[in-house]
Amino acid sequence: MELLFDPAQLSDFLGTTLRLSIPIIFAAVGGVISERSGVFNISLEGCILGGAFGAAVGAFLFGSPFGGLALALLCAGLAGVTLAVLGVSLGINQIVAGIAINILMLGLTAFLARLIFGGEATTMTLPGFYPIAIPGLSAIPVVGSVLFNQDLLVYLMYLMVPAVWWVMYRTPWGLNVRAIGDYPRAADTAGVNVQAVRYCAVIASCMMAGLGGAYIVLSQVFVFTEHMSAGKGFIALAALILGRWNPIGALLAALLFGFFDALQLRLQFNSPEVPYQIFSMLPYLVSILALVLLAGKVRPPAAIGTKFERGAK
Amino acid sequence: MDSYLRLAGITKLFGDFKALDDVNIDVAEATVHAILGENGAGKTTLMNIIYGLYQPEQGDIFLKGCKVAIPTPRDAIHMGIGMIHQHFMLVDTLTVTENVILGLEGLGANIKLKEHEEKIAALSQDFGFQVDPKAEIWKLPMGMRQRVEILKVLYRDASLLILDEPTSVLAPNEITSFLDGLDRLRASGKTVLFITHKLEEVMSAGDRITVMRHGKITAHTDVQHTNATEMARLMVGRDVVLDLERPKVDQGEVVLEVAAANATDERGLHALKDVSLTIREGEILGIAGVDGNGQAELAEVITGMRALDSGRILVRGEDISHKTVAQRRHQHRMGYVPEDRHGTGLVLDFPVTKNCMLRDYDQAPFARHSVIQAAAVAERAEQWVEKYDVRLRSVHQQARFLSGGNQQKVIFAREVEFGPDILVVMQPCKGLDVGAIEAVQNTIIAQKKAGKAILYISTELEDILGVCDRIGVMCHGEITGVISPEEATAERVGMLMAGIKETA
Repeated sequence: MELLFDPAQLSDFLGTTLRLSIPIIFAAVGGVISERSGVFNISLEGCILGGAFGAAVGAFLFGSPFGGLALALLCAGLAGVTLAVLGVSLGINQIVAGIAINILMLGLTAFLARLIFGGEATTMTLPGFYPIAIPGLSAIPVVGSVLFNQDLLVYLMYLMVPAVWWVMYRTPWGLNVRAIGDYPRAADTAGVNVQAVRYCAVIASCMMAGLGGAYIVLSQVFVFTEHMSAGKGFIALAALILGRWNPIGALLAALLFGFFDALQLRLQFNSPEVPYQIFSMLPYLVSILALVLLAGKVRPPAAIGTKFERGAK
Repeated sequence: MDSYLRLAGITKLFGDFKALDDVNIDVAEATVHAILGENGAGKTTLMNIIYGLYQPEQGDIFLKGCKVAIPTPRDAIHMGIGMIHQHFMLVDTLTVTENVILGLEGLGANIKLKEHEEKIAALSQDFGFQVDPKAEIWKLPMGMRQRVEILKVLYRDASLLILDEPTSVLAPNEITSFLDGLDRLRASGKTVLFITHKLEEVMSAGDRITVMRHGKITAHTDVQHTNATEMARLMVGRDVVLDLERPKVDQGEVVLEVAAANATDERGLHALKDVSLTIREGEILGIAGVDGNGQAELAEVITGMRALDSGRILVRGEDISHKTVAQRRHQHRMGYVPEDRHGTGLVLDFPVTKNCMLRDYDQAPFARHSVIQAAAVAERAEQWVEKYDVRLRSVHQQARFLSGGNQQKVIFAREVEFGPDILVVMQPCKGLDVGAIEAVQNTIIAQKKAGKAILYISTELEDILGVCDRIGVMCHGEITGVISPEEATAERVGMLMAGIKETA
């Protein structure tokens, strides 16, 4: 209760909510692009991890968070290329391909991290992004410091979500993506290059998930640890379904999951006598519950998971 | 007249199969040129080559006298070729305008939707199409969707329009306005190439006709210099017997009764509205109508694959509305030949043997102590293959590798041999060649002679007229009329198919 009435406490809680939501938002909104083009992106988890790893290596090698950002995009982008080759060109089951990438990323990042950073899984503290308060806006009571005293990646997210929405619903490329996800043959006969659009969508999608991983490393913990994505990519998958394959919906759903994650941390802290694992389940329970409630009510893109072949009858 | 499009020696192979064999066609500018042929004659393959979807193994394409290569649909569009596919290439969830501008070049970074909506509305007005540019496709009737397809190619300034079986999805009254539309297109200088297997349309709309059979051209002629009988002969390669024997059978008691049935489809729409019908022993009731007017739902509620919202299904007076599919089959002797041979009728990856036992896999002698008895299953499959003249290499062959006609024979064997009282058949002749159609219809007539009650659902009026004793017509989920084959003139059925009920 004191949470709601004490502005400092409330602000702190909202800050935690946002912080925990951001990797999920990046991945879920990215996932929207891929899935609207008709390609399942189960590899969001692996892309977050790849992004985190790339961010750590880049920051370590170049001594700058921007170097980290560049390598994060590169690593996640490579995962995207892999998914596109397997799932779009070769027509391998996209779910299986996605799972394979997740497992590959898990092993590969752990292995390479030990090679690069030495024998320990946990790296030394890396250079990262630090909060930049926006004058005026950050002085708004309660929400000001939560929303406008953040680092570069958070501001990037603020721009990215509306930008993705605009691209999807206001540009020819977005129209192509939406058409291809529902009926690729129609887009093909209208002269749209289905495979090229899907490649772009998948790679962009994975790179955005990679930004989520970069955020964890460069803005939150400043180290790389094995499997630090910890299921966030899967929560993002739930968020994009809950958000009905719409970038704004995915944003709101990701915030909802972030809220429950923050809540469970708070509950853990307040009730040390209860085993913490009970509370840790909360965001995952909420995601299952949300999907159960939505069962049968949401319609995924009609052609999702199918390979497109021009000559096929 | 100048030649607009010339095809010279086009040959296309699918594996070993020659889909097109040395095809030569000349299409004059500002004419309506019809390509006539049976299913599988290679018409669609030819159109897909002109539109850049397939590449020919041999032959050249000339456009306005210049030799061209058409590697992709995009190139075809650039050359002013527009295609209206048999299955509409429209994205259901998008609006008319979004579908029309999809793939258009030079849209800029930000689509000016308003501008395009106005231009499309104006274009639609020019051709008398009355299409609302803001409507979502899934809400539009088929005739309207076709106009959207035509607008799509007109919006790209196409001067050659290819229409693949344009009337197959239309109701008779929609066909009339479609043919008017063709006239307007020709008048505005467009060249139209349209594919069909329906003779009447060619005779009323075409200027020139090319007839195809088995991938080859069998004739080129002007509409004025020919007649329907000659066309039919050229199409099929022999004289067609248009009348089937319709034996008189004494009708017994009522077997199947559907009473005020209401049901909902997948989209939550009211698909069956107070449908009532009865079928007697030895009677075939035909259900005609344009595809998607509740016929599928009717078959499904009768066979137990879809729940009723209200109403009842009775077999010999007993209410079976809440019985399962298996109960209806085994207790009430109901056989079902579904419309979708591949998805519902067969398991394509299973061998023919297992497809034969899909409905009684758990019964002796095919299963003993829950173990399938392969020998008994194979033995019966062999008997059926023999009896129904199914052409295959082995009963252990996957159903996928059988031709459509042979697949249908397997289904008929399974659904007829267990001794049904009631047989529900839906679109049994769809996509079959003439020989297979004859076999299917003879099986149905034999079942009628054996005193079965048969519900025969088809969108092909000729099929229905050939075998049915009474014909019900469906429109928008209602039965708009039940008439005898003698009363079933094209006009009368057309009115009923369009939902115009007769006042007594």
